[in-house]
Amino acid sequence: MPRLLLNFRLSSLARLTRFFALALAVLSTASYGIAQDTPLLSGGVGFFTSTNAGQTTYTPEIEPLLAAPVGPHFLVESRAILLESFAPNGNDQPGYDHSHFISLIYLQGDYTLSSHITIVGGSYLIPFNTYNERLSPIWIGNFSGGPIIASLGAEGTGTGTGGMLSGSAISRRKYSISYNAYFSGLVNNQYFQAQRSAGGRTSLFLPDHGLEVGVSYNRQLQGTQENFYGAHVWWEPKNSGFQLRSEFARGHHAQGYWIETAYRTQAFGGFDSIIGRLEPVFRMNQTFRRDTVASDGVPLVNTQRADFGLDYNLPHNTRILTSYSRQFSSAGNFNIWQTGVVYRFLFPAWKGK
Amino acid sequence: MTVNSKHLILALVVLASSVALAAPQNQPPTTQENKGHAAAHTVQQHEDEGTRIFQANCSRCHNTPEGFSPRISGTIVRHMRVRASLSKHDEQELLRFLNP
Repeated sequence: MPRLLLNFRLSSLARLTRFFALALAVLSTASYGIAQDTPLLSGGVGFFTSTNAGQTTYTPEIEPLLAAPVGPHFLVESRAILLESFAPNGNDQPGYDHSHFISLIYLQGDYTLSSHITIVGGSYLIPFNTYNERLSPIWIGNFSGGPIIASLGAEGTGTGTGGMLSGSAISRRKYSISYNAYFSGLVNNQYFQAQRSAGGRTSLFLPDHGLEVGVSYNRQLQGTQENFYGAHVWWEPKNSGFQLRSEFARGHHAQGYWIETAYRTQAFGGFDSIIGRLEPVFRMNQTFRRDTVASDGVPLVNTQRADFGLDYNLPHNTRILTSYSRQFSSAGNFNIWQTGVVYRFLFPAWKGK
Repeated sequence: MTVNSKHLILALVVLASSVALAAPQNQPPTTQENKGHAAAHTVQQHEDEGTRIFQANCSRCHNTPEGFSPRISGTIVRHMRVRASLSKHDEQELLRFLNP
């Protein structure tokens, strides 16, 4: 499963369930000023298959998300992942082997200091480029697998534990500039594993053109103190149904890029027609080694991968994802077939006032 | 009826169906009856601004969630403020858009 967070060690379902139950119980005792601020439970539940170089895995998965305002300025939010992975036994043995994976993805508190500054504390998604923070939830990504360079600049786990300042520096009708600046400490706890690092991201968005460009920086402050540089360009012309998303990342030992396009047509009855719900997607990945030191999750040899996908956006927040990929490298060429169906849920955590 | 006539009729039916299917998407939003009224005009402005902010910040990453409770609209907006780095003004317009 090509996801950043699968590098975590397994933890127990019971502990996570208890944590969420405790969090809900504590938050339920807080008073909420207006009824619109009832805590919410959201997330995605899905079933995925992946056939990678002939090996097939079946993965039911759920990613719950909790967001709970506490007072007018404070918000607690968290996302977790629970999955079970099944794969046929090898060596002509009958039956299936299975393993499970459960972890918190992030747990952070957001304090709105002013109209342009939010202070984030806790375990947060590292804002390096865009994939980790925006596209990694299973109900958002156009492919069920991530791009090859997803781990560059995201420090393996994709999360930092410490503090972050973020917000909108300037917001005008014609343009806006957003920023993030963070510091993460070294944490070896299995739930909030993080490396000592600092970095940030800034983006310029032009709404009339649907264009966003941004740059990211991350510096590891432990072990080999590496720098990571990133840049992203998103172009999504208004009401066109077309998306272009791309990222470039350069680390001390490897660099690479991905560029993804998607399109939904309005020509046959709009986006909600039978044809309009179809979404062909394409993503090109390319990575280049600068040396053979393995520290960043990128393949040890130069690699190219083309992903061809066809998604279907069903009513009621459900998506079907299918894709075929062909990966090329000196280590061998192979095919990857992936399918998935994802339902996104969103409802109040309990009955509000 | 000759074969050519049948083909012509079939082509016309297909063409008419395509136009009929495509037409509703190009319709402008329904104009409010009391368009001239100042209050209605203000509401329309807020809707436009909210639509713009929603499309610019939320729809860029994910599909619009269908049918959620108004009890969580404030929480959604506060969550989006952090995720999408919205300004206070954008947050307020988005809340007005989700909860008119």
